[in-house]
Amino acid sequence: MNSYWIATIGTSVIAFALKYSGHSVPEKWLSHPKIQRINALIPIALLSALVAVQSFSEKSKLMIDQRLVGLGVAIIALLLKAPFPIVVISAAVSSAVIYNWF
Amino acid sequence: MSVSLTVGAYGVAFGAAAVANGFTVLQSCLLSLLTFSGASQFAVIGVLGAGGSAISGIATASLLGVRNALYGVIMAPRLKVRGLKRVLAAQITIDESTGVALGQELRGPDEMRKGFWYTGVGVFVFWNLFTLAGALGAQAMGDIRAFGLDSAVPAAFLGLVWPRLTGNFERILAVGCAIFAIVMTPILPAGLPIIATAFIAIAVGLKK
Repeated sequence: MNSYWIATIGTSVIAFALKYSGHSVPEKWLSHPKIQRINALIPIALLSALVAVQSFSEKSKLMIDQRLVGLGVAIIALLLKAPFPIVVISAAVSSAVIYNWF
Repeated sequence: MSVSLTVGAYGVAFGAAAVANGFTVLQSCLLSLLTFSGASQFAVIGVLGAGGSAISGIATASLLGVRNALYGVIMAPRLKVRGLKRVLAAQITIDESTGVALGQELRGPDEMRKGFWYTGVGVFVFWNLFTLAGALGAQAMGDIRAFGLDSAVPAAFLGLVWPRLTGNFERILAVGCAIFAIVMTPILPAGLPIIATAFIAIAVGLKK
């Protein structure tokens, strides 16, 4: 079993365990304001790190390539309040143009 | 309807991104069926795509999945379900179903429960169909960079985090974590720079 299968199954098992535990534990365990606040901050931290790593690295090497253009276009689209599909498509198209023509 | 279209777009993006990051079509579809939580799914494929280990991927995805447990805590006393129905309710306890349910709360408990189940089941169906479409599409592409898929993945993450950046505190945290992850990438094993930022979030959350 390779790491992709382990990741697929492990993520799924824990995801369900988390969902089910929420329906089963007493409310007071998880309603502490500090837990609520940390819970709001964790996605911001992880997703921002993922944006950065996916844009500027390959394996463990840092690099700048067509993805920088894609990221820049995505930021502009978001600043213009574009909906999610437009953000992703405009990033992909601009990056593909750079990759194919330069 | 607009919820469905947006979910469809995310689903295509996820399916394509999963295959682009080395997952098979079957694995991509299993993640959507079984994990069924967008941010967690994007996280696990992102970490493995960046060369991280299975454990790093699972840990990152699970940290993002904690919020579904908190949604469960909110929904359980409102749904009052047991047995198999509780299992099904748990599986569709996500951002969208919880959000719609709470939005219907003023219209009474029946409307709220309806909102939860219709939204949860509807998103589940769309999400899985579009994941399959995206995964098959990406598989047919060959060199994913020629189609810009290598940029679609970070753009998708950015689209997920953007609405959460509601104030300067959140923006500084986001930029700080991005810089931290880049600086640590050549130093730490792949995947760890990402997970480490969760501890930054916990530290500032405890302190604030």
